[in-house]
Amino acid sequence: MRQYILRRLLQMIPILIGVSILMFAVIKATPGDPFSYLAGPRVNKATIDRMKAAAGLDKPLPLQYVNWVKQTVQGNLGYSLRTGEEVTSLLKKRIPNTLILTMTAFVIGVGLAIPIGVISATRPYSLVDYTATTFAFMGISLPSFFTALVAIFFFAYTLRWVPPNQMTTPGEAFNIWDMLHHLILPAIVLGLREIAAFSRYTRASMMETMRQDYIRTARSKGVGERIVIYKHAFRNSLIPIVTLLGFSLPDLFGGAVIFETLFTWPGMGQLTVEAVNNRDFPLLMVTNMFFALLVVVGNLMADVLYVIVDPRIRYS
Amino acid sequence: MEALKKPSVPTETEQEASQKARSFWYYAWRRFRRNKLAVTGLVVLTLIVLVTIFAAPLTKLTLGWGRDEFELTAIRAIPSARHPLGTDSVGRDILTRLLYGGQVSLTIAAVSVLSNMVIGTIIGSIAGYFGGLVDNLLMRLVDIITSLPFLPIALTLVAIFGPSVRNLIFAIILTGWPGPSRLVRGEFLSLRERDYVEAARATGAPARRIIFRHILPNAMPPLIVSATLGIAGIILAEAALSYLGFGVKVPTPSWGNLLSEANNIIVLTKMPWMWVPPGLMIFLTVLSVNFVGDGLRDAMDPRLKR
Repeated sequence: MRQYILRRLLQMIPILIGVSILMFAVIKATPGDPFSYLAGPRVNKATIDRMKAAAGLDKPLPLQYVNWVKQTVQGNLGYSLRTGEEVTSLLKKRIPNTLILTMTAFVIGVGLAIPIGVISATRPYSLVDYTATTFAFMGISLPSFFTALVAIFFFAYTLRWVPPNQMTTPGEAFNIWDMLHHLILPAIVLGLREIAAFSRYTRASMMETMRQDYIRTARSKGVGERIVIYKHAFRNSLIPIVTLLGFSLPDLFGGAVIFETLFTWPGMGQLTVEAVNNRDFPLLMVTNMFFALLVVVGNLMADVLYVIVDPRIRYS
Repeated sequence: MEALKKPSVPTETEQEASQKARSFWYYAWRRFRRNKLAVTGLVVLTLIVLVTIFAAPLTKLTLGWGRDEFELTAIRAIPSARHPLGTDSVGRDILTRLLYGGQVSLTIAAVSVLSNMVIGTIIGSIAGYFGGLVDNLLMRLVDIITSLPFLPIALTLVAIFGPSVRNLIFAIILTGWPGPSRLVRGEFLSLRERDYVEAARATGAPARRIIFRHILPNAMPPLIVSATLGIAGIILAEAALSYLGFGVKVPTPSWGNLLSEANNIIVLTKMPWMWVPPGLMIFLTVLSVNFVGDGLRDAMDPRLKR
């Protein structure tokens, strides 16, 4: 088991290298260079060349890439072109905020989806099931930012239950209730998609399990329906779901890009959009690598969890 | 394929039909037709497509506004007979732009999905048929591309090359082709071991014939289902990017950038007629596409049918 996890961890490295080379190439394809852009037309070319040489930008691309990797693994992520702030300190501020938002959404989404899916599967084609199915289809078909706009319009401006944006009330000292008050709306709307998707997966998986022979055996032994469903069927139907949880990470964080912008939630998504708007490429390189890392970790989690929950799978 | 499994209660016509051994597509269409939601989805989708295709004559004949035509005396006008959905912040008729916007959104979806399918089929076939080193290299590339989350990478490309319809499609294709490639490759891996392919090979059929005649047609059904559902994803992606201002640029309307009007707090809170209709159009289209996709899956893979 430990060996399996270790090997999967090692397999992440070539993928991350590939991703970073690709990102590096894309960013270097930008016409012009950041120094001429920053310095403006009045600075003469010799000065710019000197600045570029000092930053190592006169070297051939592969060498620049190697330098970038060297600095990055040493924890030096460079500086934001626009604010001059250290990228590391930006990440320290932003990553926790994104995690708070996405993880709350994840817990709300999966926490509601699994019971809904189980109820749907145990009463297939009932009114409850049809209602759940309809809502699930609507949930995956609504553009998430539109849902967010409607939610802001309704809950923040019409009913005034929650603030429309920001993470805390400006000018007030941080307190946890204030943050939760700001968190609840974006987290629920971000979680909606997860509810829709995962209630469908749970339903399908439960229905599949309920058709298995061992369920029939359990029933014919005279085991109570409740125990058949929750002990025999539910636990086994969780296996494919656990795998999908890992795959939902990129979706959640992708959603964070839109939601953080909409709700002015100061996380990695908002930072990415700011970096794009400012053409702040060193920062953009890092935020992209952050998202790529999440995808890779999500896949790893999916694989590892699969092996943990299903003893039939041999991790060779 | 196993499409010829008899239904549980064969009616007379069905028995007759199976004796004639009609094509897979005939049976798929028949199963699809029985699915009410899927048929409703198809009808709604067809209507939406027709209305957007004929946006120009329709709007000219009824309302008389051009796509970018503005009326300076009617900025952010409330809905009236003259402007059924009001006008936007520059005085352009919203209903007119909604129809034209559908043209742009749907074209982007169609072009991107078709390109993804073509590229995916080519790469997937090569990897799946030849296997070995070629397969290994291509699949590692697929692993790398699928590790790039769509929105951040699309935003990066836009930051570098600028927002435009062309760059948007480019970003969608760049991140989109690995999905169908994997799918086609998987089909190849399982199909090339089948006896009938073995038999074809034994008779001396060239690789080209085995790929195009024996394997690809059988790999089509899952590909069509994934393409259909892919359209839904792309419409949503286009909308999100254009909404953020990184996709289709005004004055060209798209359902996504029509929603950017809601970035203005007064529009958001006081004039819902300006931003709710494009949102509903996206919702309705994506919902129909999802119903059709779901129906196609049930119709083309009878094994999944309960």
